[in-house]
This record gives sequence, C-alpha cells and structure tokens, in this order.
Amino acid sequence: MCGIAGRINLSTNLEPPSIELLQKMVGAIRHRGPDEYGYYRDAHAGLVHARLSIIDLTTGQQPLSSEDETLWIVFNGEIFNYIELRNELKAYGHRFRTQSDTEVVVHAYEQWGDDCFRRFNGQWALALWDSQQKKLTLCRDRVGVRPLFVCERDNSVWFASEIKAIFADSSILRKISPQGLDQVFTYWGTVAPTSIFTGIEEIQPGAVRIYEFGRKRVDKIYWQPSFPNISEKDNLKPNKVNLHEAVEVLSDKLMNATKLRMLRSDVPVGSYLSGGLDSSLVAWMGRRAKEGEFRTFSIRFADAEFDETEYQRKMASTLDSKHEEITVTGKDIAGIFPDVVYHTERPILRTAPAPLFLLSKLVRDSGFKAVLTGEGADEMLAGYDIFREAKIRRFMANDPGSKIRPKLFDRLYPYLARSPQQTKGMAIEFWKRGLDLVNSPSFSHDPRWNTTSSLKKFFSDEVQQQLKSRPGHDILSDLPQGFSLWDPLARAQYLEIITLFSGYLISSQGDRMLMANSVEGRFPFLDADVMEYCNNLPPEYKLIGLNEKHVLKLAAKGKVPEEILKRKKQPYRAPDAISFVSEDAPEYVGEMFSERLLHTGGLFNPKTARLLYEKCREVVRTGKTVLSNNDNMGIVGILSAQLLFFKYIYDISNTKSGDIVFTTKIDRISNTL
Amino acid sequence: MTKEEIGTSVSKFISKTFLFDETKKVGENVSLLGTGVIDSTGVLELISFLESTFSVKFADNELVGDNFDSIDKIQNFMHEKLSRRNN
Repeated sequence: MCGIAGRINLSTNLEPPSIELLQKMVGAIRHRGPDEYGYYRDAHAGLVHARLSIIDLTTGQQPLSSEDETLWIVFNGEIFNYIELRNELKAYGHRFRTQSDTEVVVHAYEQWGDDCFRRFNGQWALALWDSQQKKLTLCRDRVGVRPLFVCERDNSVWFASEIKAIFADSSILRKISPQGLDQVFTYWGTVAPTSIFTGIEEIQPGAVRIYEFGRKRVDKIYWQPSFPNISEKDNLKPNKVNLHEAVEVLSDKLMNATKLRMLRSDVPVGSYLSGGLDSSLVAWMGRRAKEGEFRTFSIRFADAEFDETEYQRKMASTLDSKHEEITVTGKDIAGIFPDVVYHTERPILRTAPAPLFLLSKLVRDSGFKAVLTGEGADEMLAGYDIFREAKIRRFMANDPGSKIRPKLFDRLYPYLARSPQQTKGMAIEFWKRGLDLVNSPSFSHDPRWNTTSSLKKFFSDEVQQQLKSRPGHDILSDLPQGFSLWDPLARAQYLEIITLFSGYLISSQGDRMLMANSVEGRFPFLDADVMEYCNNLPPEYKLIGLNEKHVLKLAAKGKVPEEILKRKKQPYRAPDAISFVSEDAPEYVGEMFSERLLHTGGLFNPKTARLLYEKCREVVRTGKTVLSNNDNMGIVGILSAQLLFFKYIYDISNTKSGDIVFTTKIDRISNTL
Repeated sequence: MTKEEIGTSVSKFISKTFLFDETKKVGENVSLLGTGVIDSTGVLELISFLESTFSVKFADNELVGDNFDSIDKIQNFMHEKLSRRNN
C-alpha cells in the first residue's frame, strides 16, 4: 500500500517537473507510505512513490519499469491474483526481476494493453508512463478502494492518490467546487469524476484514463456493477442456482477471497471486529486461513447507544484472538475532527470516520500494517435499511391510501410501533412522499437524497447562484444500459454502490482513515469474484421479506455465534453533532460557525448557518428535545466544509514538503537533454 | 385463467420464494403463517407477487388472513377477484 503522484507534460516545449516539486508532492502523502520514497523523471514526466512495504519487502521498490526500461509504473494497492497472472505471463515468455505484484502489472500491460485491468483481482490506483509513446495510463480498481485524482492544465497533467499532493504545486488553483458541494449535500459524497475542488477530477472506479501526446484524452470503463435482467415472468421460473448451493458457493468464494488477503502479504494481517455479522464472518475466515496468533481490533463507544462491545468480545473469544479495543467519546471525535477532514479531503455529513481514524492508529501502534474488514457486504448482499424501506414503499405505491401497508415500517423500525400516533403519522407521511414516482430510477434513494438536499438551504447566495447557472452533475443521466430492466433491488444496490459506497464509505470512512495511519485495509467482500457472484444471485436470496443478507446469514451459521447472527442489524454510527455543540466542545467549532469565518469561507449563508449552530447548542443545553437527523447532518456537513476550506484554501502553508530523501532515483534528464 | 392455473403458479412461487426449492410443495390447506412458511414480512413478498403477476390491486379490507393464509384460500380468492374483474 502506498501513495503515488506525478506530473506529465503533453507537449515538448514544457519544462520537466523539478525534483523539488516531486519531493513536495510525495511529502504531502507520506502518511500513505512512510517506508521508502522513489522517483522517475525524464524530459516530459515525473513519477513519485511513497512506499508502505507489504509484499516483496526487499525488491519491490518503485518506480519500476519494463525490461527495456521504456514503460514506468507507480502503483498503489494490491493485485491479489498476481501469482497466477505471473505464471500465465511467464508462459508467454515474460521474465521477472522481482517478486512484487507491481512488476506483474507492467508485464500484464505489455501483454494485454488496457484489457489487462479486467484480469486483476484487487484494489489499486496506478499510473503507467510509456516514455516512447508519450502516453500516460491511469487506472483504478472496480469500486474505487484506492483513490486517484487528476488535474489538467496548460498541456500538463498532475495526478495523485490524494488531492493534497496535487496542491503541493502552488500554481494549481484551489477552490471549492459548488458542483462538488452540491453532490455531497445530495449523495453524502462526491461521485467521480466530480471532486470537491474546481479543476480536480477523480478517476472513476472501474475506469482507465489515457493521455497521449497530440491526442484527445480517452476514458474507458472496464467494469461497473451489473445485474441480470428480469421480467415479470421470472417470478415463476426456477432459480438457476438453488439456495443451498448458493450458500456453499458463496462461502467458498468468500473463504478463497479471505485466504488471498491473509496469505498474499509479507507482513501479518489482523482484522477489525465491529460486532456485526460481516466483520465477524470475515475474521472467522481469516482466523482459519493462517496458522498462529490472530489479532483483532474494535471500537468501543462510551455512549451506550452506539456501543457494540458485548458482540465484539463474544466474537473475539470465539476466535481466541488477541483482541484490542479503543474507547471513543464524543470529545475524542470533536478533538480529532480537523485531522479527519484533512484526510477525507471532502465534507462529510457524519462523524463516523473519526473513530476509524483512532482505530487505525491503534492498529499501527500495535505494529500492524494490514487488516481485514467486512466492508462491502451490505452493498453486495443488501444489508441496509434503505433497501428494506424501498421495498415497503414500492409495496405501498400499489395502494397509496392503504392504512395497512405502512404498518410494515413498524417491523423495520420497532420504535415506531411504540411512538405516539402523531409521530408515527408524520413518519408514514414522510415515506408516502413520491410514491407516484415508483418507476423513477431513483425511487429507492429519493427519500434520502431529498432529505439531504434540504440542507442546501444553508448554501450561500453565491454558491446557489453558481449552481443555478451550472448545476451539479446528475448521476441519473449516465446510468448503465439495461438499468431499467434490473430488479428494483439491483437498481437500488447500483445507486448505493456508486454514490454512498464509493463516494463516502470506502473512501472517507475507509482508505483515508486507514492510510492516515499507514494501515492497509483488505476487503474480502470486494473480491472481484465475490462481487460478480453476489450480483448474479436472485434478489430474494439477499432480501427476503424484510430479512436482509439472507444467504450470508446462512453461510455464517455455525461460524459466527447465534447472538450475532440473530441480533437486529445495527448501523455503525458515532455521536454526531452533539460532539460539536455541547458545552465542552473545542473552541475551533465556535470559530468555524462564527459569522466572520462563515463569510470568509463563502460557502454558507453566515446568518442561517450560525442560527443552526445556536439552535443546536440550545437544544443540547436545555435537553428538552433531541437533535433531529437533519440538524445533525447540517452541523457536521457545514463544519467539515468550513474546515476543508480553511485547511486547503485559506491556509496554503498546510503543504508539507518536508525532508523527503529519495532512495530510488531514476533520472533521465541528463540523457535526454 | 382457471382456478387450477392460479393455484399452480401460487404454489410454484411459494416453493421458490419461501422454501427456496422448487421441488418441495406446501399442502394446499396448510396455514402459511401458522406453520411459519411465511413470516409477517414475507406477506409483503406474496402480495407483491400477486399484484404484479395478475395485475391486480388489493384494498385494505382484502388484506386479511382469510384470503391469503393457504394456497387454497389464495386460489379461491384470486379466482373470484379475477372473475369479478373480467365480468
């Protein structure tokens, strides 16, 4: 796991990137790979690499080249099937100098060109520079586990694992993009290629981008989530695979995916335990994949509402693992939040990433560089409430006046059954909205997106004006072919994967929080083979009635304790706005919500944003009511956007060039000048 | 559509969706809720199936156990409802 960056000129009359720039770029992302630094440079290109050594500790240095030294790569991530690919490539006559997966990428590219990427099973972001063809190829893994950003200007291209490395070049414009902001306050994250900064694009998950001297840039999608077509009649056709077989095949594939992630590493791999089904099962499989001591790591919350200690410890004792915990309070979250935003590089509407930042620190302090997690199961096997809500709302849409149909919400949210009639009525009215849009592609996500969008009322006049003249990109305008022929559950899964998952969960809450402390996450549920298999399972194997992840629960039987299997799914959440509006909140919060700094940021209306802050403080101080979901998101969203502005735009001294010493130096300038 | 045809398709659907095995059959008079073949949220699945397959809608007063608790009951109720519509 590592960080990559670079600058490429797309015409001959430009100065090559300076060593100082390359040092600054790699310095900005040194947390991603503090073990070694390397660069390659020629008259048109500079590539840098910060290395976290996990595979091939002795010879895996980068940048690395093809045998004839014309093709150069900087690579972040892991190709878990590199041994199989290596053998295949050897049979074609390729010769290897190292044991690393990075070298396999170079040879695979030589052999298959752009088509090589679909053969990779892993998590990666990479840049390949063909110094003869003058061609730069950028690529990311299927769902965007590893980040990659790009900026084009004046016939040059800057790319990097994190935007801060691009901003290390002080000539790059730094401005929050209204369109990016609009996406965050709709989808909870930006959706690539949009980023939160004007002029910076995120390479799309599952895509390749090619820049070549004298040619237009090319974007190619090599993979996207895809599901089988259905017709009404399919209801009566036998399923191609029966459930018992599906349980076995899924277990085997998941075990294989976990083994690859445990064994294909030259350093030990531990596991997170959240207390839920997914990480418990993954840890169980990890335990069995390798002999010897097994280490697990968990977050405990001081606040009982969020705490899952009981289930985490239960699983740890089942595994007989060496278990470590960190207890997180609202105060910890508020204290660490500015650093969290520095790493997410985009506004967030929940504080949930913050405890994960502290957890990866615990992992690193324990001497570990890699962990398994259960991320991806809820998207691939329909674990979330949003899928169940959509199913009930679809059912309600057949008879919107029905008094009986909405009662299913009592099953989904038992607190509703106990709520006063009036509250319940309000909730039902909320879910009834938009029932006439049952055929809209976004039917499943409309309630979430509409609720979140209501926060845009806090945007400043200027931002609102800019959005009027140029609205944020509507992801519904480029849905894959055949989307409308998929089962409604599949459509909801697709939207969830491309928005919340890639744009928030696996990035802001995943890679960024792990890499902030130089820890690599490994995700068996995101294995190419596992995802493909899950996507092709009949929808009722995932969600039957309102019972989520049915096939996975059956697969976990006998492995994960019954208490964990049977417990009601608890979404992972942390104390949100309360961390920022209670009496003992840190001083910076009040400053960020001062009219003066809100005005300086220019993103939010200083008066209304301030009022929201004061209202929430009052609510917490008097304790008469609780903070609403929207107020929670408003506080966290505005605060994080303000922090982002002040960290990245207002205070440009943030870029650390540092004392980078390159241990791998490949400089071709003297040869080419 | 004859009553038998309705019964056959309902039976197939139940085997596939709730028993996850098309070769197993539920007795025509067996209480679906009483024996746990369908749980209370599974009713959602069953009603949605009937509404989409037979292009019908059920009013609240029709959504009662008497109409849906066994394959027999579903068959009778659906046959009657479809005949009414066709007339």
